[in-house]
Amino acid sequence: MHIIIAGDGKVGSNLARQLSAENHDITLIDNNHSVLSASVERMDVMAVHGNCASMDVLLQAGVKEAELLIAATSADEINLLCCTTAHGINPKLHTIARIRNPEYTEQIFAMRNVFALSMSINPEKQAATEIARLLKYPGFLRRDTFAKGRVEIVELRIDASHKLCDVSLADLPGVVGCKVLVCAVLRNGTAVAPGGNFVLREGDRIFVTAPTQNLTTLLKNLGVLTRRARRVTLCGGGRVSYYLASQLDKEGVAVQIIDNDYKRCVELAEQLPNVSVIHGDATDQNLLEVEGLAKCDALVSLTGMDELNMIISLYAKSQGIPQVITKLGHAENRSIIDSLALGSIVCPKDLCCNNIIRYVRAMQNQTGAAISLHTIADGQAEAVEFLVDEHTLHCDTPLKELKLKPNVLIACISQGSKTEIPNGNSTFRKGDYLVVVTSGRGILHQLNDIFA
Amino acid sequence: MNYKMMGRFLSQTLFVEMLFMIPAFLISLFAGEGAAWTAFLLTMGLMFLVCALLYLLCKSAPNALNAKEGLVCVGISWIVMSLLGCLPCVLSRAIPNYIDAFFEIVSGFTTTGASVLARPEDLPKGILYWRSFSHWLGGMGVLVFLLALQPTEGNSGFTMHLLRAESPGPNVGKLVPKMRKTATILYVIYIVMTVANVIFLLCGDMPLFDAVCTAYGTAGTGGFGVRSDSLAGYSPYIQNVTTVFMLLFGVNFSCYYLMLLGQFKSVFKDEELRLYILIVAVSIGLIVWNLWGIYGSFAETLRHSAFQVSSIITTTGYSTADFDTWPSFSKMILMGLMMIGACAGSTGGGIKVARVLLLFKSLRRNIRQVSRPNSVQVVRSNGQIVDEAVLRNTNAYLAAYVIIMVISVVLISLDGYAPTTNISAVFACFNNIGPGLEAVGPTCNFAGFSGFSKIILSIDMLAGRLEIFPILVLLSRRTWKHR
Repeated sequence: MHIIIAGDGKVGSNLARQLSAENHDITLIDNNHSVLSASVERMDVMAVHGNCASMDVLLQAGVKEAELLIAATSADEINLLCCTTAHGINPKLHTIARIRNPEYTEQIFAMRNVFALSMSINPEKQAATEIARLLKYPGFLRRDTFAKGRVEIVELRIDASHKLCDVSLADLPGVVGCKVLVCAVLRNGTAVAPGGNFVLREGDRIFVTAPTQNLTTLLKNLGVLTRRARRVTLCGGGRVSYYLASQLDKEGVAVQIIDNDYKRCVELAEQLPNVSVIHGDATDQNLLEVEGLAKCDALVSLTGMDELNMIISLYAKSQGIPQVITKLGHAENRSIIDSLALGSIVCPKDLCCNNIIRYVRAMQNQTGAAISLHTIADGQAEAVEFLVDEHTLHCDTPLKELKLKPNVLIACISQGSKTEIPNGNSTFRKGDYLVVVTSGRGILHQLNDIFA
Repeated sequence: MNYKMMGRFLSQTLFVEMLFMIPAFLISLFAGEGAAWTAFLLTMGLMFLVCALLYLLCKSAPNALNAKEGLVCVGISWIVMSLLGCLPCVLSRAIPNYIDAFFEIVSGFTTTGASVLARPEDLPKGILYWRSFSHWLGGMGVLVFLLALQPTEGNSGFTMHLLRAESPGPNVGKLVPKMRKTATILYVIYIVMTVANVIFLLCGDMPLFDAVCTAYGTAGTGGFGVRSDSLAGYSPYIQNVTTVFMLLFGVNFSCYYLMLLGQFKSVFKDEELRLYILIVAVSIGLIVWNLWGIYGSFAETLRHSAFQVSSIITTTGYSTADFDTWPSFSKMILMGLMMIGACAGSTGGGIKVARVLLLFKSLRRNIRQVSRPNSVQVVRSNGQIVDEAVLRNTNAYLAAYVIIMVISVVLISLDGYAPTTNISAVFACFNNIGPGLEAVGPTCNFAGFSGFSKIILSIDMLAGRLEIFPILVLLSRRTWKHR
């Protein structure tokens, strides 16, 4: 598929790398020469220099033959103009624009046909939604939802005092008291597909598939607190904070935002009447103490600087805050980040990329396409959700008789109201949702790809 | 330096070379040339051994090359390819001296066409075929061929360095986003045009073997003939067909791709192509005027001058007339064409029309800047602004070109030939043409030079074909130092 990516920033180049590796033809547009030449050296892509919203440049990038345009420059207005212009030239083109300004959110949705947008993406809003979901279940580093919310893959970190430490996977159901499946383990930075004899060790990060109704049991039996956060402190008053505060506020959570820019504090106070906005430096430990950090259930560090976020989170952890979430702009070097106790990590750019890649895969094949896709274990594995349809092979065959590709695992089958972790005798039929975990990237485009 | 990755590439290069030796081997086998086919077999066996050894040693290479490693990789591949590629000539005693054989095959791979042989028709058929085929392989580049075969594993963006090092021109880019597709398109155009050339030659009643070998020489803009009088002995039709095809192979291949896409307008508006056609037309006109009365009819004069002009500007080096006997003015025009060379992105050598264009434009800018010191000016090509880095590289290229040329002339003058011979020999080798003037003129050959001069000229040919920098990088001490 020929894909044009406008804007060779972090999201743009990350997308180009992933999509080019999935064998798509990528053309990058940017007005910065040095960024483009660096991308061309590193990846198998073509580059066009110029303003992506101008017709000449778009034509030069081959917009007439392209199937998808992703506008991810830093300016919303350029992204919009780029998509509208490109769609004007090629009406069959799918367009995705990154729109970040909250003031545009409503009109983008209402007027998406006027702007000719197939999808708009707001990374900050996505990050806020993700954080709000994490706050509902403290104890999990990450949650990915599948099958309309009936199945989840959650990430847990095994500490020395953790109940699961030194437990072998065969004994796992006895310890947690319900049926769950460990589909991947991240040990020392590499993902392992564990077998029954695998013994969990301190420092492992495990990815557990479970029906959503079992999550509470799982948490209770693990001895992790299940009470959802009631008082949350947000450090930094950016867009993520704004979206998150307004979501949490609706759910009745007490939120306080700390920011060191007085003007921004006033703005936030105007926009969010129920939220207490504090003007001050979030790295100031004295201030945090005065503002009652000790009484908080959760702290989310959301400043614009990764270093500050890390320090704030480390401090909060050391003060015994039950749940800490850190937003990072650059989450490339996960093995270093993992060595620090930062709690959950949320990276808006990665979320944005995953979302777009999911869209591309869905575009690629209309039948049997992945419904949702989540990268887990630092991008070393993928969890993909499929709907079984009439084209799916091997319906109603017990799993033990099926030959699957070597690094593919069917993690869950959701049949109507019944959601189960499959065993050898399980079968699937039309209308079921399958959650498949694979350690290879980009190999599953449709459900039938899982069969060897 | 990622030696393992370079080793893996070298092993693949040799494997391709070995496969391409098979037709030559079969030809010798069927022609019953005992010495030649055993020589091919021995060489192929040796290549396979080296290839397998390198492959086993370098299996676990990390899949990445930086710009410097890419250049080094290309330089080494070409040298090793030539070192092994000349073995059939030595082992079959066709060219018994190793340095002579090396010179001959470097001249083949670099599409120069400078020969040490007085009578190529005495060579065994298989060797003759291999010599001509080396032009075809070297014309588009064996690494580009590899890129067409290589599956794009993950993020193999480093292949850009290889394409850039092997394809001529100041501003090498891909035709389509995927490198593999780009390389495939280039080779498909190349093969189709070669086949068309063979068919046209066959229509002129040329023997099949001669037609194929001549087409290889034309396609790669090489110039090894199968006869000692090059193309002079063939019919005017064959000479005219070759004139046209030489000019066609001297055009940037991306023009053909654009034509396939139906974008004729942008092709005809291409400044480089226009300048190329202009230079060819003006040169032919001037030489016809200068040669007036030497040949019998106007048609014959036109045919000879058109043939020689296209042969020299595309850096092919075929000849139908001994231009060494032409008047001085015509000879100097040809010398000028030797330097200019063909279009960027073609199979020809020389400085390239695109670079000449950029050099003139930046010169014009500098002159304007003198008269209006505060004016801000950019250089445009085809309406697009040319990046300053490209202009800098072009200037550096010209500097390197002149320096290497001067040093080479000084070094080979140790052999005691006249200045015109020395200068034109370096011109002919460095620009990948073949014949020069006087002692290395179209009816003579390079056999008279000493072994030392032949090595210098071989390095010149490689430097000319690979556009200097891959060879300069190999010679730089910094490349081999750790840090």
